[in-house]
Amino acid sequence: MDILLQQLINGLTLGSVYALVALGYTMVYGIIGLINFAHGEVVMIGAMVSLSVVTALLGTHVPLPPAVLILAGLVVAILVCMAIAYAMEKIAYRPLRKAPRLAPLITAIGMSIILQNMALIIWGRNYRTFPTIFQPTPYNVHGASITDLQVLIIVLAGLIMAGLVFVVQRTRLGMAMRATAQNPQVAGLMGIDINTVISAAFVIGAALAAVAGLMVMTYYGIAHYYMGFLLGLKAFTAAVLGGIGNLAGAMLGGILLGIIEALGAGYIGDVTNICGFPFLSDSLQQQCAANDGQVSLFGSNYQDVFAFFVLIGVLIFRPSGLLGERVSERA
Amino acid sequence: MSARRRRKAIPSKAWAGVALVAVALALLPFVAALVGQAWVRILNFAMIYVMLALGLNIVVGFAGLLDLGYIAFYAVGAYVYALLASPHFGIHLPFWVILPLGSGLACIFGVLLGAPTLKLRGDYLAIVTLGFGEIVRIFLNNLNAPVNLTNGPQGINLIDPFHVGSFSFAKAETLAGIPFSGPQKYYYLLLLLTIAVIVINLRLQDSRLGRAWEAVREDEVAAKAMGINTRNIKLLAFAMGASFGGIAGGIFSATQEFVSPESFGLLESIIVLAMVVLGGMGNIPGVILGAVLLTLLPEVLRSTMEPLQNALFGRVLLDAETVRLLVFGIALVAIMLYRPAGLWPSAVRKRELEGAKAGS
Amino acid sequence: MSQLSLLVAKNISKRFGGVQALADVSFTINHGEIYGLIGPNGAGKTSLFNVLTGIYAPDEGAFIFDGEPLAGAKPNDVAERGIARTFQNIRLFQNLSALENVMIGRHVRTRAGVFGAILRDRRTLAEEAAIEKRAYELLEYVGVAKRANDLAKHLAYGDQRRLEIARALATEPKLLALDEPAAGMNATETQALKRLLEDISRDGMTILLIEHDMKLVMSVCGRVLVLDYGKKIAEDSCAVVQNDPKVIAAYLGGEVSLNLKGA
Repeated sequence: MDILLQQLINGLTLGSVYALVALGYTMVYGIIGLINFAHGEVVMIGAMVSLSVVTALLGTHVPLPPAVLILAGLVVAILVCMAIAYAMEKIAYRPLRKAPRLAPLITAIGMSIILQNMALIIWGRNYRTFPTIFQPTPYNVHGASITDLQVLIIVLAGLIMAGLVFVVQRTRLGMAMRATAQNPQVAGLMGIDINTVISAAFVIGAALAAVAGLMVMTYYGIAHYYMGFLLGLKAFTAAVLGGIGNLAGAMLGGILLGIIEALGAGYIGDVTNICGFPFLSDSLQQQCAANDGQVSLFGSNYQDVFAFFVLIGVLIFRPSGLLGERVSERA
Repeated sequence: MSARRRRKAIPSKAWAGVALVAVALALLPFVAALVGQAWVRILNFAMIYVMLALGLNIVVGFAGLLDLGYIAFYAVGAYVYALLASPHFGIHLPFWVILPLGSGLACIFGVLLGAPTLKLRGDYLAIVTLGFGEIVRIFLNNLNAPVNLTNGPQGINLIDPFHVGSFSFAKAETLAGIPFSGPQKYYYLLLLLTIAVIVINLRLQDSRLGRAWEAVREDEVAAKAMGINTRNIKLLAFAMGASFGGIAGGIFSATQEFVSPESFGLLESIIVLAMVVLGGMGNIPGVILGAVLLTLLPEVLRSTMEPLQNALFGRVLLDAETVRLLVFGIALVAIMLYRPAGLWPSAVRKRELEGAKAGS
Repeated sequence: MSQLSLLVAKNISKRFGGVQALADVSFTINHGEIYGLIGPNGAGKTSLFNVLTGIYAPDEGAFIFDGEPLAGAKPNDVAERGIARTFQNIRLFQNLSALENVMIGRHVRTRAGVFGAILRDRRTLAEEAAIEKRAYELLEYVGVAKRANDLAKHLAYGDQRRLEIARALATEPKLLALDEPAAGMNATETQALKRLLEDISRDGMTILLIEHDMKLVMSVCGRVLVLDYGKKIAEDSCAVVQNDPKVIAAYLGGEVSLNLKGA
C-alpha cells in the first residue's frame, strides 16, 4: 500500500505522455485507417532535436534561464517534427491511399526504419543525456513524492488535450476533420480539401509528439535513437485501449495504460513472490534467504510486457476499445 | 476434352537449364571459398533465410495474413535446439530428434497465437503478432532468474553442431580426396533441406489447400459461402509457417553454435517480411530471390563500403549496418510505391495489387 | 413434417439496430421446386438469405433443413449441409480463372489436406484430377467452358453470373439459393438464364430464387414468397400471388382499386 500512491503519480505522469502520443495515432487512424508506424520515431526526433537545441544554446555560454532554453528546444522540435510528418504523408502515404491496407503499413514500417537510422547517423549510437539545467523539486504528498516536473507534465498535457478538443469540436478545421473521418468521399464532395485535412491530422499529431518527446527527455534525462519504437507501440496500445479513432479514448487509454504499467511494475514483484511456497529447490531457498524473503518469478524488468498483454487482450476481447463504437460488418 | 489449367508443360530445354543450375549450385561453395570461407557461411545463411521467407510466405503470401512477429517461431526453434544440445542443461540430443521437436513446439505456439487472433482485421492482426514477437523476446531475455532457463541476454553458447555419430558437420575433413571445410559440409546439407522446403511449398501452393488459401485471400465471405472453414484454413497457414520457422531456427542454432535474444527482435521479423514482399508475395521463385538478395546484398555492401570509406576518408563514417538498414527502409518504401507486387511477382498478386492502385 | 419439404422456416425475425429486417417470417420449400422470393427493395430478401446461410443469426425463429435444424450454423457449415448461394453483387474470386473458381467450389466435398498436398499420394492425385474434371463439366453445363482459363474479372457480366452458379453447383447442394441472378441482364441473357434454371431444376435441384424480374419469376417459379418491410404478405403459387391485392399494393404503393369491391 505504501507504494500505491507513488506508483499512481508516476503512472499519471507517464500516462499523460502516452496520451499525447496516442492522440497522434488515433487522429491518423480515424481519418485514413492507417497505423502510422513511424509516429514513435517522430517522438524520438522531437526529443533529439530539443536536446540538440538546448545543448547548442548552452554551448554559446549566454546565460539564459532554463525555461527559455526549454521553450526554444520545444519550438524548434515542434517545427521539425511537423515538417517531417508533412513530408512523410505526402511522399509515402498519400500515393497509397487506395492501395490494399498492407501497402501503407509496410511503407510506414520502412519510414520508421529510415527515421531511426537517420537519427542514428546524426546523433550517434549512444544514449544521450539531457544537460541538467534544473533540478526537479520533490514535494511530499501523504508519503509519496511528486516533483514539480511531474506536475508540469501532467498539467501541460492536460492543457494541450483540452486545446485539441477545442480545435476539433469548435473550429472549421476540426469539423472538416470529423467529417472526413466519417466519410471522406462525401466530405470531398462537400468542398472539403481532403488532402489538407489529412495533412493537418499528421501535422497536429507530430506537434503533440514533439512535446511528448521533450517531456520524456526531461523526465528520464536520456534519449536514444531507438526510444521511439517501444514508446510508440505503447502509445498505440493506449489508443486501441481507449478506442481507436476516438480522441477521448486516446486520452483515457493513455492515462490508464500509464497507471497499469506503473502499478504492474511496482507490484509484480510482490505478486509473483515465490518465497512463500513450499517445495522450493535448494538454490531458490538460498536466494530467498539472501534476498529478504523476496524472490520474484517476474520482476519489474518485465514492465514492457504489460503493454503488450493489454494490447493483445484488448484486440481479442474488445477490439473497439473502452470508448469506441461496436463496429459490425455487413455482408 | 478437358482444358488444362494455366500450367505449361516443361519443355525439354528447361531440363538442360535445371542441370546447369544443379551443377552451378554444387560447385558454388568452392567458388565462394576462393573469395573467403566467410562467403560460404553467408551462402548458408542465405539458405536459412530462404527457408524462413518461404515459411512466412505461406502466411503472408498464400493466406494473406500479415505477421509482424514471425521471428518468434524462429526463436522458439533456435532455443529448443540450444537447450537440448548444449552444455547449458547438459543435454545432447541428435539433430534429427531436436529439429522436429523445435518445429512442433513452434507449430503449437503458432496455433496458440492464431486461435484467438485470426479473426482480427489485417492491420490489427499485424500489431498483435508484433506484440507476440516482442513478448517472446522479452521472456527469452529475462528467463534467467530466479531459475536460469534461457541464460538471459548472455545467450547460450557451445551449442552442438549437427553430427551423425562421429561425423560432425562443423569439422573440416577430406572426403573422397576433396577437402571440405565445415561450412562447406553444412552447405550441402542445407541445400538438400532447402530444396525439400521449396518442393513442399510448391506442392502446397498447387493443391486443394493452396486454392483454399487463395480463395480466403481473395474474398473471405465467398470462401465461407463455398464451405471453406476459413478459421481453420488460416490457422493451418499460421501453423505451417511457424513449423518452417522452427526448423530454420534449429539450423541457425547449430550452425552459429550460439544464440541470444538479440537475434530475434522486431527488425528481424521485418527483414523476413521484406524478403517476402520485395521478392514477390506469394510467388515462390520471387520469395527465394528476395531472400537471397537481402542476405547477400548487405554483405556485399559491408565488404565494399567500409574499405572504400577507409580509403577515402581514413575512417568509417557510416558503418555498414546503418547503411544496410537505411537502404532497406528506403527499399521498403520504394517498392510499395512503385512495384507493390514485388520484384518477381506472382501473376495473381500482380493483378490484385496493381488493379487496386489503377482502378477504383 | 412432410417428406416433401426440404426447408422449413419458422418465425424468423432479425433486427439490425433500429430496423426490423425480418419479422416473424415462416415458409416451406419443397423438394424439387423452384421457389421464388420477391418483394420491393428493402423488403428483407437478402437479409433472409444472409440469415439462412449463417452470415447472421436470427434473433428468433429457426430453420429446419432436410429434417435437421440449422441452429447457429456458420456459413461454411451451411454449405456443407447442402445450401449453396450466389450473391447479389457477384462475389467471384476475381483474380483467379473461371476453372479455378469452380474448383474451389469442390473444396467442401473433397478431403485432401496438408499431407495429401505434400506427399501427392495416389488418392490425392486422383481427387485432384476428379476436381478438375468435374469443374470443367460444370463450366460446360452453364455454358462458360470456352472461358475456362480466363480470369473471372475478365468474363462478360452474364458469364460471370453463370460462373457463380457453376461454382455454387460444385458444392453439390441440395438447395441452390440464387440472389438476383438476372440483375443487369438484357432480355436475351435472361432467356438463356431461364433455360439454365429449368435445366438445373429438371436435373433434380431445388432452387430458391430472389428476383426482381417479374417475367422471369412468374415463368419459372412454382411457388413464391412475398415479403414487404420484413413481413410475409403472401406465399402461394405464382398465379395466385400475381393477383393478390396486398402484393400489388406493396409494389405499387398504397391501395389500388382494381375493379374489385373494397379491399
